[in-house]
Amino acid sequence: MDFEPSDEPVALKILIAGGFGVGKTTLVGAISEIRPLRTEEVLSDRGIGIDDTDGVEGKTTTTVAMDFGRITIREGLVVYLFGTPGQERFWFMWDELSYGALGAVVLADTRRLTDCFPSIDYFEQRGTPFIVAVNCFDDADRYDAEDVRSALDLDPDVPVLMCDVRRRASAKNVLITLVEHSLKVLTASQS
Amino acid sequence: MTRWMDEEAGPVVRPYALVGGRTRSSGDALDLVALVTATGTTPSGGFVPGPEQERILALVTTATSVADVASEIGLPLGVVRVLLGDLQDHGLISIGRASASERILKEVINGLRAL
Repeated sequence: MDFEPSDEPVALKILIAGGFGVGKTTLVGAISEIRPLRTEEVLSDRGIGIDDTDGVEGKTTTTVAMDFGRITIREGLVVYLFGTPGQERFWFMWDELSYGALGAVVLADTRRLTDCFPSIDYFEQRGTPFIVAVNCFDDADRYDAEDVRSALDLDPDVPVLMCDVRRRASAKNVLITLVEHSLKVLTASQS
Repeated sequence: MTRWMDEEAGPVVRPYALVGGRTRSSGDALDLVALVTATGTTPSGGFVPGPEQERILALVTTATSVADVASEIGLPLGVVRVLLGDLQDHGLISIGRASASERILKEVINGLRAL
């Protein structure tokens, strides 16, 4: 085992994507220290009719609060977890978030499988390594990983696993599966 | 800064007043996990860091990510990027962005297993 410390501090970024209410924040909270982040963004047309701007018609920016998680592997090596905004009107934030990301976890709910199609399309197009983690909600029917793979039309090399993001051990397993997949993609690109 | 804050009412000074209304600077392209480190040099060209910039400089004596700086200072990311851009332009901070090697990823996998 090579434990030679790296001279340069390294910060890695992992994205947690998936539809609204699929358990992204729960996953981040189960495995890492959660920290708040404020971003102030320009209101787009998409917000019209959603954001109530009565009385503040001149308001062109809005504060978007997002959380991120931080896992310190050792001094000088930190992994950051960013949940991608679940609402479509925040798509503009995705490019920034995904730039230089190590990989992405797409969380899926079998009751609303279509909710994760946009995330999968996005990461496939960008070439970001990703895995699909099916969050097993208590009242959802159980399917096996291969059923989900074929329903989502995933490439055979994309890992699919079942998880319960409320459980730390399960959340940990999800992240390990992703980093192992990213490592495999990285190794393949170098050979 | 804390004494100027009333948690209920929000900041007395609107965030963008801190950066002279600017929303663009050389800090725009800073990645969320880019690492900021104070260089420890004295400001050049008569530049005087503002109070928020002083707080940032005190925070980044060791490498700190842009996301952590924004979270710690409690200002919106866009504002923090402008403040960081100024500090970088005047040589007061350096920005690093190391990429993941095979060895680092293996270290992360082992580290996650040990959590």
